[in-house]
Amino acid sequence: MTARILVAAAVSLAVLGLAGCTEKPQELAQKERRYQGKPDAKPWDSPQWGGEQAKWERAIEARTQNQNEYTRLQ
Amino acid sequence: MARMKFLCDAERCIECNGCVTACKNANEVPWGVNRRRVVTINDGQPGEKSISVACMHCSDAPCMAVCPVDCFYRTTEGVVLHDKDLCIGCGYCFYACPFGAPQFPQAGAFGLRGKMDKCTFCAGGPEKDNSAEEFRKYGANRLAEGKLPACAEMCSTKALLGGDGDVVADIYRQRVLKRGKGSEVWGWGTAYGAPGQKPAAPQQPKS
Repeated sequence: MTARILVAAAVSLAVLGLAGCTEKPQELAQKERRYQGKPDAKPWDSPQWGGEQAKWERAIEARTQNQNEYTRLQ
Repeated sequence: MARMKFLCDAERCIECNGCVTACKNANEVPWGVNRRRVVTINDGQPGEKSISVACMHCSDAPCMAVCPVDCFYRTTEGVVLHDKDLCIGCGYCFYACPFGAPQFPQAGAFGLRGKMDKCTFCAGGPEKDNSAEEFRKYGANRLAEGKLPACAEMCSTKALLGGDGDVVADIYRQRVLKRGKGSEVWGWGTAYGAPGQKPAAPQQPKS
């Protein structure tokens, strides 16, 4: 009787142990997100800026600085 | 490199809606779509505050993360834009956005949603710069002309600042030092991250 119980327990443990082997990975597969639409031109890619990023950035910085009334009043 | 940002000074905003009007006019935004809104907290009570709200062009934009068709991209200047030809108007971006920026025009009967529309920082979209097609879909491209968004440039009290983040932050710092109060910048932590946090890398469209 005891031997039967021991065998049953051993079989149950083996089944439980093996059940773990069938477990599939639970991690969510994170695919790399990439923009799927049309390409956009850079703001400085126009005859006005001649493709010069630095020129455009200087203009934008000066324009942004115009919002500072403290410098405008001095 | 210039990183475009908006900053709204709640100490200065007088709820004139000049920014809303300027945006509507510059971009010919359709009826029912508000790319920019003025929100007033504690309206009519002492200490009420108003802020101008639109897309903040977040450093790590949640709309980009949830879009099922990946129609969003971030330009090298940090402006978050989207391709309307790809947008399916699902509304996920609206649920993800902490600022309620994405807008959906009614496209048919029974409240059928059209393609998402939002503030472009007056930078147009993925069409030929300053073309009729770009204006029809996305509005004005003032950035390509070396100008700043119409809302910020129109603001009479200069409560709404827009432009290169470093310059905008310097202007605000100087302002706070002069008046000695009101250093809290609404929405900056949410949009651009806490100080010391690494900014998100720009994602560029394939060319």
